[in-house]
Amino acid sequence: MTGGPASTGESARGQTSAVPAIRMEGIDKSFGAIRANRGTSVEVMPGEIHALVGENGAGKSTLMRILGGLMKPDAGHVEVNGRDVTGWSTNEAIAAGIGIVHQHFMLVPTLTVAENLVLGCEPKTRGIVLDYKRAAEDVRKLSTETGLVIAPDRLISDLSVGEAQRVEILKVLFRGARILVLDEPTAVLSPPEVRELWTVLRRLRDKGDTIVLITHRLDEVVEISNTITVMRAGQTVARVKTSETTPAEIARLMVGREVSLSAGKRVQPSGRPAGPQPDQGLEARNLIVVGSRGIRVIDDVSFSVKPGEILGIAGVEGNGQTELIEALAGLRPVFAGDILIDGVDMTRRSVAQRHDAGLSHIPEDRQRRGLILEYTVANNLILGVQKYFSRRGIIDRTRVMENAIQEISSFDIRPPNPVLAARALSGGNQQKIIVAREMGREFSVLLASQPTRGVDVGAIEFIHQQLLDARAQGKAILLVSAELNEVLALSDRVAVMYRGKFAVMMPAAEASEEVLGEYMIGTKKGNAA
Amino acid sequence: MTEGVQPTFTAAPWRERAQEALIPPLVALLVALICGDLLILSYGQSPAAVYRLLLEGTWGNAYGFGQVLYKATTLAFTGLAVSFGLRAGLFNIGGESQLAAGGFGAALMGLALPVGTPLILALLVCMIAAGLAGGVVGAVPAYLKTRFGAHEVIVTIMLNFIVLALLNWFIAGHLHVPETLHTPEIHAGVLPRLADIDPRFHGSAANLALIVAVLVAFAVWFYLFRARGGYELRAVGLQPQAAEYGGISVGRVWMRALTFSGVIAGIGGINYVLGYKHYYEDGFASGAGFLGIAVALVGRNHPLGVLVAAFFFATLSQGGLAIHAFVPKQMMDVLQGVVILAVAMAVPEVRRILRGARGRSDA
Repeated sequence: MTGGPASTGESARGQTSAVPAIRMEGIDKSFGAIRANRGTSVEVMPGEIHALVGENGAGKSTLMRILGGLMKPDAGHVEVNGRDVTGWSTNEAIAAGIGIVHQHFMLVPTLTVAENLVLGCEPKTRGIVLDYKRAAEDVRKLSTETGLVIAPDRLISDLSVGEAQRVEILKVLFRGARILVLDEPTAVLSPPEVRELWTVLRRLRDKGDTIVLITHRLDEVVEISNTITVMRAGQTVARVKTSETTPAEIARLMVGREVSLSAGKRVQPSGRPAGPQPDQGLEARNLIVVGSRGIRVIDDVSFSVKPGEILGIAGVEGNGQTELIEALAGLRPVFAGDILIDGVDMTRRSVAQRHDAGLSHIPEDRQRRGLILEYTVANNLILGVQKYFSRRGIIDRTRVMENAIQEISSFDIRPPNPVLAARALSGGNQQKIIVAREMGREFSVLLASQPTRGVDVGAIEFIHQQLLDARAQGKAILLVSAELNEVLALSDRVAVMYRGKFAVMMPAAEASEEVLGEYMIGTKKGNAA
Repeated sequence: MTEGVQPTFTAAPWRERAQEALIPPLVALLVALICGDLLILSYGQSPAAVYRLLLEGTWGNAYGFGQVLYKATTLAFTGLAVSFGLRAGLFNIGGESQLAAGGFGAALMGLALPVGTPLILALLVCMIAAGLAGGVVGAVPAYLKTRFGAHEVIVTIMLNFIVLALLNWFIAGHLHVPETLHTPEIHAGVLPRLADIDPRFHGSAANLALIVAVLVAFAVWFYLFRARGGYELRAVGLQPQAAEYGGISVGRVWMRALTFSGVIAGIGGINYVLGYKHYYEDGFASGAGFLGIAVALVGRNHPLGVLVAAFFFATLSQGGLAIHAFVPKQMMDVLQGVVILAVAMAVPEVRRILRGARGRSDA
């Protein structure tokens, strides 16, 4: 539509202007019985970084979809730069300079950076042939202007996650966006990449662009934003200046009650068994897993997790964490090496057999692995243990329901309705179903993979507490998380995975974000025992 | 949203579910009726007269109604077979050959049984033979898929040709009554023609197999929605990765689903062989297997829906005969096609509209 960068949005410039860049007022939006927005209001001034925070299902993303023209509100109105644009289309939104950077990348992996950027508005020579040179030149120019450095002729499939995200941001800027909405941009980034992103966002802001950041990481909010809108259950509960608030205050506003932000682990667990047998817990010996392209995605990894211990694995995603957990759970064949649970060799055992041996597993991909979205909450709560809920091959529906009612109330799953399809629940509550199922039963070893990803503050606190309680009860827990502070706060020992190996393993007390961060991006290499 | 909320069952989703289940087929039917009107008009006939004739020829008299029930019985079996596979995420296109194999199995068993076998026993044994024969045909693609990853659609289609050719070879080369393409008749002393047991349908072919079909539909429903195996089977169909995570052997479920899909289609063979003709005849299953796919689709893969859809399709096909004097009976084939297309399109469309309507009423 628009020719190139910096062609529109002139009116968005200038902090002196009293006209808000975005003004959304009294927005109502319902999906069936679920009311995502209830009279929500947001006001973002031009040239500021505005954080939109709230628990999962608070209605942040819906609000931004309405802004971007992907949805129409049931009620309320939207103004951009003082113009009433309620119910506009995506094309109108793009033309007016709104650019949404989605949480999931929308890039064509087989095309180059430049080709992705010009997709849909390709410069053409003589009207037919793609003028690749001009495209690459445009991209290079924008790249140096914004500090989003990336070579225009690289293939998307060769980029790291951080680089791909840079391309996503470039893409919206390329279309002339002056109001940027970023949906959970740091979820997949390593700490150094996050710092780079902040630099870029600050530069864009200083240039006069308006940025809306959807996030639930409070440290980020405090670090980067100028103003904050807090949402809870579809409503705006506060609009504050960042300089006038604290993380604890924001957390309280989001959840509606006091939240402890640091998982209080360092106290020695009281219930720890006196002397665990040396071979109890989980052990992996010289584990090798070969990936789809014949590469060793897990390359000779050995470790053990003792009862009453949490071993945390940090690392940038895609360095073998997924494969490690799947191999341990029995979902991926092992090329060589042994897996032992409580001293028993499980390397060749099925998922169900490992389950029976006391292995619980909170999978990383809850929507594809952890839940059957069309099944009810009650039926999801028995996935993997269905045989204990049936007699002579028939499901005992009374017990399934009793179990559901019990787990729903002890894990505070909302809405508390066991016959609702899991699909209808928010991400955080879906995760609670999995946690309830995996931790609500007898187990000795727990694989917890990204247990709090995309989960709101209140639920994070709750899940952390569950993990610590399980540790206190003498469970062996292997925790994989992209959140460094989560790994550091919960683990007794931490390891960093880098290209299929443990780059380092050390007691959590000696580790810090800075130290681990260097191992994560491979600038520092060590040898884990 | 207060602390410690008591679990509630307030959603009462059955009304919504019923709406979502019933409205698409009804919309499809309406579309088909309109198309039918146009077609009839294009032949210069009055739609009202033709439809009246259609109803009189099908539901209007005992014989016609019996014929509808007879045709519905076979379609119910093949429809149930297809829907059972689909619940596990597998597309069984082999209903045609499984049905034929089942009929062949029943005929052979009927011939082999000695005169004087108790009726119930003979019926049961023949049914088992039919199920086994269909099951064997269904187990081949199941094994090939589980073991080698061969796609079941390809294998079941190809197997149709192989199995039907094999059966043809048996009949033509070994077992036929001279000058015909069918096996000798089963001795009435072993098993009477089932359609003769109850004279209520005035010589039509409707028979006891209908009751068997209803029982099988109930069994399928019970298995899918009450048994652990069904929980696992549907899990595999909905999200194989989650099923695998839940300790369910996806391969074993595939094996079971396709094999039993074959068994169900196979049992359907008794409708023709034991119920109507009393012998296996080459080509008796022709078309019924494929129409089963449409029946499963229109019946939304639910056993009750499949029964209703089978009855509906049988009505159309019998109705074609009744109106043949006015319009070509092939018009009914066109209408069947329209219904299938309309249902395929109406399902997501209607769901979307329903959701939109509910969203507005709640706001």
